[in-house]
Amino acid sequence: MNTLDIQALRLRLPGTARPVLDGVDLTVGARETVALVGESGSGKSLTSRSVLGLLPPGASARGTVRVVGDDVLAMSPGQLRVLRTGTAAMIFQDPRAAVNPMRRVGDFLTESLRLNARMRKEAAEERAVRMLEAVGLTAAALRAYPGQLSGGMLQRVVIAAALMGDPALILADEPTTALDVTTQAEVVALLGELRESFGTGLLFVTHDLGLAAAISDRVYVMYAGRIVETGPADELFARPRHPYTAALLDSTPRLDAPRGRLAAIEGRPPSLREELAGCPFAARCLYATDVCTRQAPALLPLADGPARLASCHHGDLVKENHR
Amino acid sequence: MRKTVLEAAGLHRSYGSVRAVDDVSFRLSEGGSLGIVGESGSGKTTTARIVVGLEHADSGRVVIHGRDRGDRRRGRAERLARAREVQMVFQDPFLSLDPRTTVGGALRETLRLHFPGADHGRRITELLDQVGLGARESDALPRQLSGGQRQRVAIARALAVEPAVLVLDEAVAALDVSVQAQILNLLGEIRAETGIGYLFITHDLGVVRCVTDEVIVMRHGRIVESGPTARVLAAPEHPYTRLLLESVPRPGWDPRRIAEARRAL
Repeated sequence: MNTLDIQALRLRLPGTARPVLDGVDLTVGARETVALVGESGSGKSLTSRSVLGLLPPGASARGTVRVVGDDVLAMSPGQLRVLRTGTAAMIFQDPRAAVNPMRRVGDFLTESLRLNARMRKEAAEERAVRMLEAVGLTAAALRAYPGQLSGGMLQRVVIAAALMGDPALILADEPTTALDVTTQAEVVALLGELRESFGTGLLFVTHDLGLAAAISDRVYVMYAGRIVETGPADELFARPRHPYTAALLDSTPRLDAPRGRLAAIEGRPPSLREELAGCPFAARCLYATDVCTRQAPALLPLADGPARLASCHHGDLVKENHR
Repeated sequence: MRKTVLEAAGLHRSYGSVRAVDDVSFRLSEGGSLGIVGESGSGKTTTARIVVGLEHADSGRVVIHGRDRGDRRRGRAERLARAREVQMVFQDPFLSLDPRTTVGGALRETLRLHFPGADHGRRITELLDQVGLGARESDALPRQLSGGQRQRVAIARALAVEPAVLVLDEAVAALDVSVQAQILNLLGEIRAETGIGYLFITHDLGVVRCVTDEVIVMRHGRIVESGPTARVLAAPEHPYTRLLLESVPRPGWDPRRIAEARRAL
């Protein structure tokens, strides 16, 4: 059984002309690290938040979001609380916004276990110390206030808090974006170690293609609420088959690419106020033809390898032309 | 050798016992692009703010076209002239634009302040055109624009006074990569056309490689390495520069080794 299994998730917001998530299929296996890549407004954060049942006000959802077999969208408030405090945990971008600056780290770590699992204070603190040690901190951090810790240390505390409920799945939404590059390496190394020792599945939401390529087993690329391409990380980045993936790779200023002008993607993503008849990327795509504006391409398996899918009418052309 | 447009010599700035900027010197040649790279707390932003005049140095000098920025300027005209020497573009264009003023209005205000009496309609169209915006954006309020468009407006406003140096403090860090590429290309074009000099503050080595000729690497307020960008990135001499380079994620990347190297340094 997959740790996370999202099928045909459609999410509509009030006052919009098209679904903000439009038929998202996504899985995360046990011990698997999966990256969900996209730009702002692509729906990547909404997807990860829907896993915890955190939907925007007025949203209507269809499809299924199963965490270890149970459908989140059908859960009662009580079941959702169990999910959010135990089975699945979220790490957000800004650790300072995730903790109460007036309370000690120890209170922050043990609060959920004491309230929800009715654990005794001593037992909860004992577990907190074990988790702090797992993330490379010591028991001394229990007494510290958030303001006394650096951003990297505080993100470790937030990760320790995520581990407190022994989750099967960790959702990390841009967890290193607010950190310095060398600190980012430490946090990523830590997440990798925790996956090995705790066996958790990890859904890593990021806008950083290089980071996604470096840390994940599989990648999903999202555009305008749809998965446009997925596959094993190394193959997808070496041989992209969707024009958007290829264009994203080309527009990233990289250390190993030739210098000079970047291949920017002109235009911008479609507005939520417009209906989409065909492919959402057609208006910005170098390969677009008549069929692209008429008919939305389905996400279809590719001959390139197992678990490789892309939704493009002209995927073969991308394959020939990219590098 | 090209003429020097900006020279910083022996800049120091302390906050209490913290030496935020500690003996920083560099020069920027006319039409050149100099990157300052470092992590948070390296002093790169404080250095930029001293150059612009938003922060005072405890000691050291900033000289533009041979004139010391610290010299006392008498009267409004001289102070405006100093403001025209250097302009700055910040990370978040939303915070640097007045939410109630249209794009065209913001540009007109700047032009009126610096060049009173002239008719600015044509210059506004020209500036917007230079950053790839049109009449529709001219009438728009900042909130009606995307992040990339707002940053274009901020750049247009900075260019309005024809500065000798443009200081860009993480100016593309908050943008999506596809938009970031548009802005980086735009900045390259503007530099080629106008011969303006860039001081580019960033943490992103990919961006540094893309838009700078020379780079200085800062750590704990000090310059640890400097030189032509291509040389520094291809053959870094300081262990900290090497650590920064190795920290950039890529396939086959080993974050555990970087974490160890970081602790060892």
